[in-house]
Amino acid sequence: MNVNEYIFFAGFVILQFVVLATAWNILGGYAGYVNFGVPAFIAVGAYTAVVLFKSISAPLVVQIIGGGILAGLLGLMVGLLTLKLRGIFFSIATVAVVFILETVVMNWRYVGGATGLQLTRPPDLWIFDTYTRMLFFVMAVLAVCSVSIARYIQDSFLGRGLRAVRDSEEAAECSGVPTLKIKLIACTISGALMGIAGAPMPMYLSYIEPTATFNLNYSISALGMPIIGGTSHWIGPVIGALLLATIQQVVTVTVSNELNVLVVGVLLVLFVVLAPDGILGLIKKWKQSSK
Amino acid sequence: METILEVNNVVKQFGGFTALSGVNVKVHKGERLGLIGPNGSGKTTLINCISGAFTDYAGDIHFNGQDISKLKAHERTKRGIARSFQIPRPFSSMTVMENLLVPFAFVGGKDGPEQQEEAMTILRGMGLADKAFVQSNQLSQVELRKMELARAMAAKPKLLISDEAMAGLSGNEVDEVLDILFGLNKLGITIIMIEHIMQAVMKFSERIICLDAGKIICEGTPETIVKNPEVQRAYLGD
Amino acid sequence: MIPLDLLFEAVLFGILLGCFYAAVSLGLSVAFGLLDVPYVAHPALLILGSYFTFLLSKTGLDPIICGLLLMPVFYVIGIALYRFYYETFERRSSDTGVRGLAFFFGIAFIIEVCLILVFGVDQRTVSATYIGSSLEIGEYRFPYRMLVAFGIAIFLTTLLTLYFSKTFNGRAIKAVGQDEGALRLMGANPVKIKQLAFGIATAVNALAGAMLIIVGPVEPAMDRIYIGRTFCVVVLAGLGSMSGTLVAGLILGIAESVVMMTLGASWAPAVSFGLLLLMLGIRPQGLFGR
Repeated sequence: MNVNEYIFFAGFVILQFVVLATAWNILGGYAGYVNFGVPAFIAVGAYTAVVLFKSISAPLVVQIIGGGILAGLLGLMVGLLTLKLRGIFFSIATVAVVFILETVVMNWRYVGGATGLQLTRPPDLWIFDTYTRMLFFVMAVLAVCSVSIARYIQDSFLGRGLRAVRDSEEAAECSGVPTLKIKLIACTISGALMGIAGAPMPMYLSYIEPTATFNLNYSISALGMPIIGGTSHWIGPVIGALLLATIQQVVTVTVSNELNVLVVGVLLVLFVVLAPDGILGLIKKWKQSSK
Repeated sequence: METILEVNNVVKQFGGFTALSGVNVKVHKGERLGLIGPNGSGKTTLINCISGAFTDYAGDIHFNGQDISKLKAHERTKRGIARSFQIPRPFSSMTVMENLLVPFAFVGGKDGPEQQEEAMTILRGMGLADKAFVQSNQLSQVELRKMELARAMAAKPKLLISDEAMAGLSGNEVDEVLDILFGLNKLGITIIMIEHIMQAVMKFSERIICLDAGKIICEGTPETIVKNPEVQRAYLGD
Repeated sequence: MIPLDLLFEAVLFGILLGCFYAAVSLGLSVAFGLLDVPYVAHPALLILGSYFTFLLSKTGLDPIICGLLLMPVFYVIGIALYRFYYETFERRSSDTGVRGLAFFFGIAFIIEVCLILVFGVDQRTVSATYIGSSLEIGEYRFPYRMLVAFGIAIFLTTLLTLYFSKTFNGRAIKAVGQDEGALRLMGANPVKIKQLAFGIATAVNALAGAMLIIVGPVEPAMDRIYIGRTFCVVVLAGLGSMSGTLVAGLILGIAESVVMMTLGASWAPAVSFGLLLLMLGIRPQGLFGR
């Protein structure tokens, strides 16, 4: 692959993380519920796309919408099961969902089981020169959509309610906030957006298999990026994703794959300990001190 | 006198421990009711049952004639029951104004410039107007207590439960909060006050109920309560 | 239908496995069950214990001895970790939920990746006289390494249960989870008590890690599936219940063993996580919890 194509190839991944980080932040940053099971939602998106493609040769748009709907449903179900309990139980339940779904998929021959499935990309490139460029464009549109949704939520009643829940769920409940309903809405939207991020992946790789799709490494990135960027505003996950995903691409190409997870892990711990408001918080402090 | 709140035979258990064993209370509209009792007597549990923090109790609770026993806390708030917390629970990432806009938004349905004006009026009444745009985690103890009451007011309650709003405050500060509560009652709001500071309770309440070990042991005017030997025994021991 | 004698063998193996799972979850039972610390890094520290045992056993020492020698080291690590967690997160009130969870998750990942970088992704094992052969009773074979792990598990569980019910510090640890105020009135320092508990929990992890590598080969990514097994045991038992941990471990061990025998090993990971979700859905306080 020449350098030009590689930029679109890597750009797709970076934009995918913009969507994932933004999606994670809607529940994690705004409401304070930590989703460790990000790959489960990505996988639901991806495998729904595979099933739709394989069964009815669905176009990409349908795959994406289908993936989003089913991943949103998963979010709703996990939420109904655990959002009445304390935060850590929700987090552990999200890990559980990853492993259970992975086990199911591994034993499901239609989508390739443990060995995976090869897929042939359809010939339609619309107005683009290569399939990769088209996918890049699609992911860019999805990134803009998810950021717009996050921005809308942030400024709406829903955002106000979520912040109240995060700061003090008891006080929120007594101030008239329907805390369970609000958490469920956030969980569903968050899950759906992660599914949307996952749906184009089978076409991107021309291949799908469970181990990489269900990899928990997605979780450390999807939660590291908003925390490093800043969780209180929609622009935080965007900054975090653009920054970290780019660093990850550079590290993967120059050094090794493992090291890029280490980079995120170390930065996450450093920020959580030293700069809990993320890069946005640091910028705010720097602005205030220079006045 | 109209009854605004009726608590009928409420029993609340935590595993093997019975926190409330058959409590009956009738609160009249516009009343200033004091609720006292030693630590662990069940005052906060009773409040939690009334406000809806607990919904798994036996017995029933009626508010304004309707059975609210099955309603969740936020639904009861919308019906007109508001409470403050023993340990203040501010929305610490928000300013004081934003704290008040939450109940305005979720109980009243709107959080526009009109509501901000209303919020300022409430804050002025509490002496917090100059802190309106300060982040709530920067407030002092007494300011936090006042904000708790202001936030409860923003829900436009008919019944306000003040849970030890004066704990740990100095003499002057206690008077400030007491004045606020008197002022709210003059607006027609029924107030249930839980307090350990006896002078405040005596000054404020028209009627006092005393709880001990999950049961009501005495009910009456401040003068009768103070003389009651059961109450003295509950507080001072035998 | 499953042949009854195969089922019986699976159940017997499950009992051994279950006790092992219980012992491996004891640290979490204390750190999360009693102290309420969102200690998702517990399985990672378990695997770390296994790898340290592996390193130490290269000197020729028996792996159990290695585990015992590592306990004081891990005790110190535990105290330091708790102190750090407390100063950084519990002291400052707001937003601790997210930050604490993210912190331990990050630590778990860092440990895992460092292990991969140092040891590679291949499996590591230790050798000892009791690894490789089995005890034969009638038609049934019990691998010695499982029996050894079973023995250590019973020993650890009994030791901890006695400690928490008979000693002053132990009872203080049980109390601090429920009523810090009362503890303070008695003159004990809640932070020091919690620190002690966390140190003990981490020290137990060292021995449990040794057990893990005795029972089977170890690889860095194993902490992921052990999140399921250990949290399953702790949730099944109920927060705050030490003795419940043994029962919960047995349930999980037998369930996993039977599933492995009937559906195959690939379904094993789903058992612990599935059981966990089931408990959270129908009885989140666990079988014996408060």
